[in-house]
Amino acid sequence: MLFYIFKRLLTMIPLLAGITLISFTVIHLAPGKPTDLALDLNPAVTAEVKARMEKLYGLDKPVHVQYWTWLKRLAVMDFGRSFAPDGRPVADKILERLPITITINVLSLALILAVALPLGIASATRPHSLFDQTTTVFVFVGFATPTFWLALLCMILFGVELGWLPISGLTSYNYDQLPALGKLLDRVRHLILPVLLSAFGGLAGMSRYMRANMSEVIRQDYITTARAKGLKERVVIYKHALRNALMPVITLLGLSLPGLIGGSVIFESIFAIPGLGQLFYQGVMSRDYPLVMGGLVIGAVLTLLGNLLADVSYALVDPRIRVQ
Amino acid sequence: MPAGTLAQETWRRFKRNRLALAGGVVVVFLFVISFLAPIVSPHDPNQFHLRRVLEQPSAGHPLGTDELGRDVLARMIYGARISLKVGFVAVGIATLIGMVLGALAGYYSGWVDAFIMRLVDIMLCFPAFFLILAVIALLEPSIWNIMIVIGLTSWMGVARLVRAEFMTLKGREFVSSARVLGASDLRIIFRHLLPNAMAPVLVSATLGVAGAILTESALSFLGIGVQPPTPSWGNILTAGKDNIEVAWWLSVFPGLAILVTVLAYNLLGEGLREALDPRLRE
Repeated sequence: MLFYIFKRLLTMIPLLAGITLISFTVIHLAPGKPTDLALDLNPAVTAEVKARMEKLYGLDKPVHVQYWTWLKRLAVMDFGRSFAPDGRPVADKILERLPITITINVLSLALILAVALPLGIASATRPHSLFDQTTTVFVFVGFATPTFWLALLCMILFGVELGWLPISGLTSYNYDQLPALGKLLDRVRHLILPVLLSAFGGLAGMSRYMRANMSEVIRQDYITTARAKGLKERVVIYKHALRNALMPVITLLGLSLPGLIGGSVIFESIFAIPGLGQLFYQGVMSRDYPLVMGGLVIGAVLTLLGNLLADVSYALVDPRIRVQ
Repeated sequence: MPAGTLAQETWRRFKRNRLALAGGVVVVFLFVISFLAPIVSPHDPNQFHLRRVLEQPSAGHPLGTDELGRDVLARMIYGARISLKVGFVAVGIATLIGMVLGALAGYYSGWVDAFIMRLVDIMLCFPAFFLILAVIALLEPSIWNIMIVIGLTSWMGVARLVRAEFMTLKGREFVSSARVLGASDLRIIFRHLLPNAMAPVLVSATLGVAGAILTESALSFLGIGVQPPTPSWGNILTAGKDNIEVAWWLSVFPGLAILVTVLAYNLLGEGLREALDPRLRE
């Protein structure tokens, strides 16, 4: 197992190099030096900031030296300072926003699993039934629904028309005056719509995937054997079949990470949630290059780590992977 | 199996799938609307009417007016053009890159394959939306930049598909015989192998159009896509968000248009997949 993890870590090295190389290329896409454009367009960029930027990328040196300088700084989480008036280190800004985004994504992943898995199992065990067909329609419509639009509709319905749920921020304006339980409730109420909606995007895909896994597993011989020896259908499905059908889900969870992180840009700007996505969006809008680059690298590295975690968990549950 | 060309056979099987057919009809309808926009549009999409701001749907303005008094239906008809253009150009770019890289990886194997597949892995690590936003932040938001960036960030699926097809096909006899007859690598790749790998590419491109339309609308909605006054379904929705408490029609109709369009391309793509799958052929 340790050998497997080690091997897996080794394969991450070229990926990391590639991620940083592509990010570095992206910075240099800007016409002229990144500092020129920023200086022209952003009044917050003073000569001092420009000097800092030039030092960060070593812009007077050859490109490969610049890349190396930048890499060495990345290795110690030094993404430079933000162009925003506060001029704080990008790493600090990102780290303080990260917990909110991770919380929302973990909650919505949990919700996706809680809904999509039973849905997929139920469809697979009753193929072509009315239930299965309804779920299939739901899946197709779910795939096609722009989630930011659904978010708007939910804001109109639950926020404006019915007034049941708050539609922006993480806390109400009177948060500080609330008792402890009220504070918790207030936070929960603010999280309901963002979590529901960011889960919606993955729901369709996951239930479809689970249905496919499950229908493949229940066609296998060992399931027929289990039935033949007189086990109850419930035991056959939920004990024998489910274990094998669940394994590929781990990989899909890892693969769905970039989508979730990318989607946080949309949800956090719609619901005014101060997370990584909103920070990144603001950085893009104000052309805060160090922030944008930091966000890009962190987003990709998070995905890489997520995939590693998924692969290692897969190897833990499936001995065949370890042996190969 | 009845006699007939592959296209005839595919069409015969495709038209039995009612949902896919419906998807196809919607796609054709959108094409017609886009080409005839100046004729079918009831109003000029950019005509301001400051006295008719945010009017509810009525006989004169079937889908209401926006915050500048422009007709929403007219803007949506012109918006269909944008979706179509972005969908096809972005997917065209992605498909071209994916086919070339996938073909090279699958045909040559070895280090070429290893290099291209690592590139695929790396690209898949980036949250696509982050990468697109970052590039748009450095260049400027315009419809061309968006199409190029969406294309450059969505070729990986096609590359994997083509590579897989090439790996199974290149050991077949028809490839060996072509080689014995003295065909060059390029000729084998483009004349003999690629045509055989086209079916899954076509399916993935159809589904890709749906994805590109969704991405464009999300970008435009966030204000980093198609820039006003050019109408796009996404940027009408931005106005919908800004006027969320007073004008539901600005939010409902463009979103519905996106949903129906994306659904149509997805159904069409799935229908093609089934019709083209030789395993399902009787």
